[in-house]
Amino acid sequence: MKNIFKFFLSSIAALMIFFSSAQADSIRIGTEGAYPPWNAKDESGKLIGFEVELANWLCIYMGADCTLVEQDWDGMIPGLIMRKYDAIMAGMSITDERMKTINFSQGYADEVASLAVMKGSSLEGMDTPKAINLSTGGGDVKKALKTLTAALAGKTIGVQTATIHQNFLESGDVGSVKVRTYKTQDEVNLDLAAGRIDAALAAAVAFTDYAEKSGKPVVLVGPTFSGGAFGNGVGVGIRKDDTDLLKRFNNAINKARKNGKISELAIKWFGFDASM
Amino acid sequence: MDLVFALENFPRLLKATILTIELTFLSLFFGIFVGVFFAILRASKIKILFFISYYYSYIFRGTPLLVQIFIIYFGLAQLEWIRESFLWIVLKEPYSCAIIAFTLNTGAYSSEIFRSAFETINKGIVEAAESLGLNKINTFLRIKLPIAIRQSLPAYGNEMILMLKGTSLASTVTLLDLTGVAKHIISTTFRPVEVFIVAGSIYLIITFIIHNIIKFLEKKYSFNS
Amino acid sequence: MGLLAYGDTGWGDELFFATLMTIAVAAAAIFIGFFLAAIFASFKLSKIKILNLIGSFYTTVFRGVPELLVIYLFFFGGSGAVMYVARIFGYDGYIEVNAFLTGAFSIGIISGAYSTEVFRGAIQSINKGQFEASKVLGFKKKIYYYKIIIPQMLRLALPNISNVWQITLKDTSLISVTGLVEIMRQSYIAAGSTRDPLFFYSFAAVLYLFLTFLSMRIFNKLEKYYSRGY
Repeated sequence: MKNIFKFFLSSIAALMIFFSSAQADSIRIGTEGAYPPWNAKDESGKLIGFEVELANWLCIYMGADCTLVEQDWDGMIPGLIMRKYDAIMAGMSITDERMKTINFSQGYADEVASLAVMKGSSLEGMDTPKAINLSTGGGDVKKALKTLTAALAGKTIGVQTATIHQNFLESGDVGSVKVRTYKTQDEVNLDLAAGRIDAALAAAVAFTDYAEKSGKPVVLVGPTFSGGAFGNGVGVGIRKDDTDLLKRFNNAINKARKNGKISELAIKWFGFDASM
Repeated sequence: MDLVFALENFPRLLKATILTIELTFLSLFFGIFVGVFFAILRASKIKILFFISYYYSYIFRGTPLLVQIFIIYFGLAQLEWIRESFLWIVLKEPYSCAIIAFTLNTGAYSSEIFRSAFETINKGIVEAAESLGLNKINTFLRIKLPIAIRQSLPAYGNEMILMLKGTSLASTVTLLDLTGVAKHIISTTFRPVEVFIVAGSIYLIITFIIHNIIKFLEKKYSFNS
Repeated sequence: MGLLAYGDTGWGDELFFATLMTIAVAAAAIFIGFFLAAIFASFKLSKIKILNLIGSFYTTVFRGVPELLVIYLFFFGGSGAVMYVARIFGYDGYIEVNAFLTGAFSIGIISGAYSTEVFRGAIQSINKGQFEASKVLGFKKKIYYYKIIIPQMLRLALPNISNVWQITLKDTSLISVTGLVEIMRQSYIAAGSTRDPLFFYSFAAVLYLFLTFLSMRIFNKLEKYYSRGY
């Protein structure tokens, strides 16, 4: 059975083979194009966003010829492993779980997550600190999680599938909430605005960007989250065996940080300096 | 094939199958009523009723189910007056949106099946019934409908199987049906072959069951017996 | 109508090219399907039991399993299989699997399962006596096929081929999940970017209706052409 199947798949696959002429020093970078302001598309169908511009600069620093490859979020890591592209720059946080499969460069931007609701929601005005770091733990964090658990009980919360945000909600840190997963952040935003979900969890900037562009009264509530399940900033995802490329990206990121490029782009796209 | 991996994920897939069966059953159930209703309209001599039925079937059969479910789930939610109306109670939930989309879709195909079944009914039988003093409603319910149902069984069996496959699109509106869970396992474990074999077999088993029920019904209600 | 403007300010040009892509994928898929159908229909009609079984296995699986699952199999598994084959031949480098081909193949294999049944039915319906008649008349086998069998087959199969084409055309909407920019994918992107899903999905529906309407007209003409003399 296994062999028939493999033979069948292989023979079809053999027909699909498309050997890409391996150009000297060309790097393909995978991105989603649906996670503004990190990466998105404009009316002309062109990729735009913080990571799109940063990728350009990093490639200039590396002296490499880069192309951006679009990939749906849920196929992002498989796409890297299948060598559809050589690096991921898609607002992907560095987490231990992902580190089991792929490597990450040093972080280039710090992403804090936040819950968002529509104005007038009962979740507004929760009594929590402004920010909590799950890695540090401590009484403040415990108390904040307790407040959140009580407030979120029985609520439906939307997240993009296969994200740190989904992992966090399913970790039990905030009790057992109803999690609804979506293919893209755009869909999460649409259903939040439509009132189908009580709250959503994603990068704080994803909500502020949406609120600003759509004019919808989306507001952030509760603390901003970092550390723990939320990982250690956003980095470039690279295959485990590509150690050379990893070094090159690290050097380029170092340079971009020192010369202020990352800060400049972050202020342009996020409105504040998210470099790290 | 990694049998252990396949077995590990089998319970999860089986649990998701319940949702798949639910969606299929409910959509087909409501779809029969929609189908019969529009098939009757189609036979109407009133032009406007005929055209309503004609274009309903034309639009739903001429566009992909994926477009239909997206319009109903994401499209309608965009309209403020819908969100403020009583319709929102139903349209708010992905579950009911999926069932509405599937029902309207299968209703369109069924209406065509029933229509052609009604058309093939021998006029003599109807005249005989009327001459025996049956009124219009009774002729329809007791003579025409049973014959039409028997007539449409083979084609309707196909439609049931198409609908079963169609419910896989529920996964595009956040529902975790069999395909949704299969997709989730594939994208987290990167093991498409095993998942395809397990999930695919479950679909084929359901198809097999539907196929046999229809065969049984065809035999039971065959005109020769 | 600003949303549909042609050029950098609107989505008109993107949707236009996406429509061409839909047609291209559907056309590629149906031809791949015909190719497979020719093989599997002959399997199903063969006197060899094992070939019958293979033929039935193919049509049962690909008509009974949801299209989305088949697409995921090829999308996530296709590349792995390609590399598996390449490694057998000693190639260990980068291999790119083209999104167009992945899409055309996954839809083509499904389309082929439907075409197999159509071909089989059409072949079976041709009167055997004709073969003998043409033998008596001294026709070569090639001429017999091209001039006698295939035209008749086409006449009988055309309405069903028209159906398979409609199914295939609509199925292409599902390969949007692999990232190939056809009508559905482009509408999805536009809906996300403009936050106006109702407009773009409705417009996508109109585009599909236009395509199905157009193909119906074409098939009706073809049917008339092949029915001449009947």
